[in-house]
Amino acid sequence: MTTNSILEKLKTLQPIRSIYRGGGSASNLGRSLTIFNNFFLHVLPVKVRRKSIDFGATLYLGYVSFVLFGVLVITGILLMLYYRPAVPHAYHDMKDLTFVVSSGAFLRNMHRWSAHLMVVVVFLHMLRVFFAGAYKPPREFNWVIGTLLLIMTLLLSYTGYLLPWDQLAYWAVNVGANMVNATPFMGPKLKFVLLGGHGIGENALVRFYVLHCVIIPIFAVIAIGVHFWRVRKDGGIRPLFGPDSDKVESEANQKEGD
Amino acid sequence: MDKKDDKEPKFHDRRGFLSAIGVGCLGAACLGSGVLSIEYLSPNSVLEPSPRFNAGSLEKYAPGSVTEDLEHGIYLVRNRSGAIYAMSAVCTHLGCLTFYKQQENIIACPCHGSKFTGEGEVIQGPAPAPLPRYYVELNERSQLIVDKSQLVDDSFLLKV
Repeated sequence: MTTNSILEKLKTLQPIRSIYRGGGSASNLGRSLTIFNNFFLHVLPVKVRRKSIDFGATLYLGYVSFVLFGVLVITGILLMLYYRPAVPHAYHDMKDLTFVVSSGAFLRNMHRWSAHLMVVVVFLHMLRVFFAGAYKPPREFNWVIGTLLLIMTLLLSYTGYLLPWDQLAYWAVNVGANMVNATPFMGPKLKFVLLGGHGIGENALVRFYVLHCVIIPIFAVIAIGVHFWRVRKDGGIRPLFGPDSDKVESEANQKEGD
Repeated sequence: MDKKDDKEPKFHDRRGFLSAIGVGCLGAACLGSGVLSIEYLSPNSVLEPSPRFNAGSLEKYAPGSVTEDLEHGIYLVRNRSGAIYAMSAVCTHLGCLTFYKQQENIIACPCHGSKFTGEGEVIQGPAPAPLPRYYVELNERSQLIVDKSQLVDDSFLLKV
């Protein structure tokens, strides 16, 4: 008995059918309904070309970025359990996490390395999209969303930088805040609002914490959702090598005649 | 059977075997991180006040008096013969902090109306048990040391 036949059996059971809202039949309509009727699957296309899910087409860089984002969310939430964004506690909580809490050092390092890796992978993803020519119409707006996501990735890194509240954090954010200060016309005002004061203190720490844990992640999740949806709506991915997938798709449809 | 079933990996070919190993490793990694995360959830050190503390010199407590120590959640009760004991000020019903009414010599709970005698026996209300007592001792400078981590029975008295 193969795994597939066990899964087919399970699909016919009433409790399972009530969870998955029908679908499940082996016809094309049934397969489509399985995707359409599932909250988690409906962002995915019903059909993809085998070529466009080949490793060589995308090098899986977008997918890896998304997985890293997931790792960062999970480890980040766990780190929030022990970290207090307050000047008397922040540094000591970070040290506690590293040396006292069980597997705290593991989670902190996982968060840190995933963050570094995400910046690298998002950048490589952008290069892949560029060299595949996937920024051209009809995908030009998704390129814009992608650049916004790159900026959000960098801002998440920057805001997370301050949270350990050590010398590196303090002076790195000091440098960044002075870069904000160089904004034309409203630099000093912008720096004042970002830090919630004239220097990096309690307000700056809380602001960076809220930006890092709440505001930027919410916008990132929304932008990631739109990004994925637009990939499908704009005609699927454009492979690094070979013809554009949506052109092939439309040609194939003409041949099939339906 | 259609072509699709022929392509499905079986355990007895190389591809099936390798993918089974891959999935197995992935499962082990998931299980491991799950275990690590559960361990992570219970703190190894907590910054809570010590259950053993110094309640000051014995002279502070007059014979025949009940003294509230709301910071530690206890009463220090000294009877007329001078013997002393420490009693929890936390109601045995659902954990509210009780208070002592000197005129009536009763201990009352503001949450659900439980009342206790000055010795901690239940008079009325939903409290299911008398107020428990904690171990006390005198240090070398005749100061009272209370240990809230050690419960003692109702006959416990520190005779001084």
